[in-house]
Amino acid sequence: MSWIDIGALDDIPLRGARIVKTRMGCVALFRTDPEEVFATSDRCPHRGGPLSEGIVHDRKVTCPLHNWVFSLETGAAQGADEGVIATFPVRVEAGRILIDAAALGRRSAA
Amino acid sequence: MPKSLIVIGAGMASGRLLEHLFEAGGDWQVTLFNAEPRGCYNRIMLSPVLSGEKTYDEIVTHDDAWYAAHGVTCRFGEKVAAIDRAARTVTSETGEVLAYDKLVIATGSQPFIIPMPGHDLDGVIAYRDLDDTERMMALAPGARAVVIGGGLLGLEAAAGLHARGVDTTVVHLMGHLMERQLDAAAGYLLRKELVDRGIKVRCSTNSRQILGQDGQVRALQLEDGEELPCDLLVMAVGIRPNVALAAAAGLAVGRGIHVDDRLCTSDADIFALGECVEHEGALFGLVAPLYDQAKVLAAVLAGEDDAAFRQKELSTKLKVTGCDLFSAGDFAEGPGREDIVFRDPARGVYKRLVLEKDRLIGAVMYGDTADANWFFGLIREGRDVSDMREMLIFGPAYQGGTGADPLAAVAALPADAEICGCNGVCKGRIEAAIAEGAVDLGGVRAVTKASASCGTCTGLVEQVLAATLGDAFALPVAQPVCGCTDLTHEDVRRLIKSHPLKSQEAVWQELGWKTRNGCHVCRPAINYYLLADWPLDYRDDPQSRFVNERNHANIQKDGTYSVMPRMWGGMTNAAELRAIADAADKYGAAIKVTGGQRIDLLGVRKQDLPAIWADINAAGMVSGHAYTKGLRTVKTCVGTDWCRFGTQDSTGLGITLEKRLWGSWTPHKVKLGVSGCPRNCAEATCKDVGVICVDSGFQIGVSGAAGMDVKEVERLHDAATEDETVEWIVAFLQLYREHAKYLDRAYKWTAKVGLDWVRAQLADDATRQALVARFDLSQSIYQKDPWAERATPEAARRFAPMADLTLEAAE
Repeated sequence: MSWIDIGALDDIPLRGARIVKTRMGCVALFRTDPEEVFATSDRCPHRGGPLSEGIVHDRKVTCPLHNWVFSLETGAAQGADEGVIATFPVRVEAGRILIDAAALGRRSAA
Repeated sequence: MPKSLIVIGAGMASGRLLEHLFEAGGDWQVTLFNAEPRGCYNRIMLSPVLSGEKTYDEIVTHDDAWYAAHGVTCRFGEKVAAIDRAARTVTSETGEVLAYDKLVIATGSQPFIIPMPGHDLDGVIAYRDLDDTERMMALAPGARAVVIGGGLLGLEAAAGLHARGVDTTVVHLMGHLMERQLDAAAGYLLRKELVDRGIKVRCSTNSRQILGQDGQVRALQLEDGEELPCDLLVMAVGIRPNVALAAAAGLAVGRGIHVDDRLCTSDADIFALGECVEHEGALFGLVAPLYDQAKVLAAVLAGEDDAAFRQKELSTKLKVTGCDLFSAGDFAEGPGREDIVFRDPARGVYKRLVLEKDRLIGAVMYGDTADANWFFGLIREGRDVSDMREMLIFGPAYQGGTGADPLAAVAALPADAEICGCNGVCKGRIEAAIAEGAVDLGGVRAVTKASASCGTCTGLVEQVLAATLGDAFALPVAQPVCGCTDLTHEDVRRLIKSHPLKSQEAVWQELGWKTRNGCHVCRPAINYYLLADWPLDYRDDPQSRFVNERNHANIQKDGTYSVMPRMWGGMTNAAELRAIADAADKYGAAIKVTGGQRIDLLGVRKQDLPAIWADINAAGMVSGHAYTKGLRTVKTCVGTDWCRFGTQDSTGLGITLEKRLWGSWTPHKVKLGVSGCPRNCAEATCKDVGVICVDSGFQIGVSGAAGMDVKEVERLHDAATEDETVEWIVAFLQLYREHAKYLDRAYKWTAKVGLDWVRAQLADDATRQALVARFDLSQSIYQKDPWAERATPEAARRFAPMADLTLEAAE
């Protein structure tokens, strides 16, 4: 693992999201709880909607285009929809958000 | 010859140790040092002392007579300066040297004081010992106190201060109170109870500094600059083990003094117990494990080889009279864990059990803790609960019985049992109404008023109907808002007003939401209802808005946005058009003339939005709100200014209306039209509100549609003057804002409530004027250009990616 600091926790509003640009495309960071952040691919597998613009509820996000709902823990689409988004290791330490650069690299190789 | 035992610290742990030691009958000559100038008292009972329910004398556990009877040499108010392990002596602060055979360190902990500016002012205290308590007790009723820390200790301090008539505010960094012991739902109920008593509670609040005057504390300043004036400031943010003496003696210390299962430190003749120790990585703040340690250490000192300290599951109870609260075990959510939740928000009862692999591993209860010990027992035993799972949450009384049938329970109620508390309606009255012909909820409500106020008893009334009518009663199939609740939009709107509920958290908790914080269906609706009903108390939550309303622009299929400035009544000028043209060039936007008489800039990138808004603002234009459930456009014709048929200044009236209404949030979008004559060039007869000007005045039509449905407006009122026209339209929209279901256009709403009802409401002068006043009050908050607010550099930063890792090296 190689953790890199990508910003302050408070840069993401509670139950909101921000994106990080990477070589493999945008990664969305969701703040589901005051001290809880998840990282996934920003792209909905359905029609490419920007998930970071969706409504964040519990540990889930709803795509803003057609209301597909994804678990931020597993990346799996919920309910009748089928699809999965990539999830990435992320952690919060002393008010900073750290993301695993190695995991981002692995996805590019895949 | 008795052996010499020196004990440093006369707290609760060492007090209990001495009791066990003397019970075992060992031959010890004990010397007891204590930094506090007194012996052992029950520190956890300081809260009742503070609140006035007990006196200090009542909480003393060992008095002088006890120490004398056991031959303990007391050196109270005297600290130990050093330990010489090689010589096996301690040196007191007076320089006296005493030899020991065995030494027990029980130095306890000290409160953590946040080193923020002003922490050393007079009047800034911790909540730890009798001195602190006496300091708080010395405050006169009416004095003001701030408590930093909404944990167990902080809340006990706050409740005690409040009970003494002190104006008390709790400032807590985290999102809910006692977050280490409680989940959010129980934390919410606790907060509500404290706030109802008159204690002010500020969660998610950070402190910046303590302000003083002449060396005395004056106020706490929060992160956002707000000052909370206070005469006393209590810090209750945590404790730190006192390890200095042990560390100076060269003993192994981490966060606490390292001890093994026998409470032995890294020196075989020195033991430690209580809040100063660290055992297998854990520190101890509650009394139960301390008493366990005391028992084990007494046995070890008595020579028992197999005595060993084991950590156990802990439970917590808050010692605030009237707040029944209990938590035990691990109640965090996690994979493989299941919740059983019972809620009765009206009674303020909440219970949550956490199960993992058919075993109870955690419990949180609020309001009714009668079964707490039974649950705690199940957690400690780690017993398989799969056979009693169904009735588990109802406690031991329900185990082994059959499942309760709610209908049978209602049928068994006596006729004088009260069903509706608000209106004092008993079961017999409802049965009489049914005998007189009522067959549904509406019928019962109409004649008895049962369930017509707060609505909490609706389910009960339906059960009485079902029990009385049998198969003749069909439960109404009301459409709930979404899967998060069984309530309908109408129920939720009514309950928000009647309770009243003024935050999303209050709606989720008090109306028993089944999800943690709603979903994409209910969140925007609840957010709207709250801001429409409580403009002064509730603040719009952008995270409960759809993307367009959050970003104040319409997202397009390729992820770019469209930007549409407002053109009042469809009027513009050359300077505005130049600014729009320049913006289109600068940001590469396509230009489209819209049906609402304005100009759309399409294809703008998200990160450019704040900049293009700033450019458009600079030319004097504001957001056109083309993306909101709110006022969109007011379409006009040129009217008497130019048209030979025009009867009134339709353009001027359109602009007046748009300037009054813009920025308001509504259940769905609202479009207006004002035509200067019945030829209707502004297509006013298919708008949500349309005005047709005639020679004699203004015909106001409402509830038209030209979308999925096409519908002509219905006449609301004929007005003689422009002022009267504006007043009626504002009042109509406010009535719509206050009553309609979220995402119902005006025509759907009036179809449900009936236009006659709407007319009757608005025809009453007082009602109409009150509606206008409420609309204007809301506008005083919400009529602000969202673009100007977001064109600042700080706000603009949020529209850009947080970080750009494409610039990093590949590895």
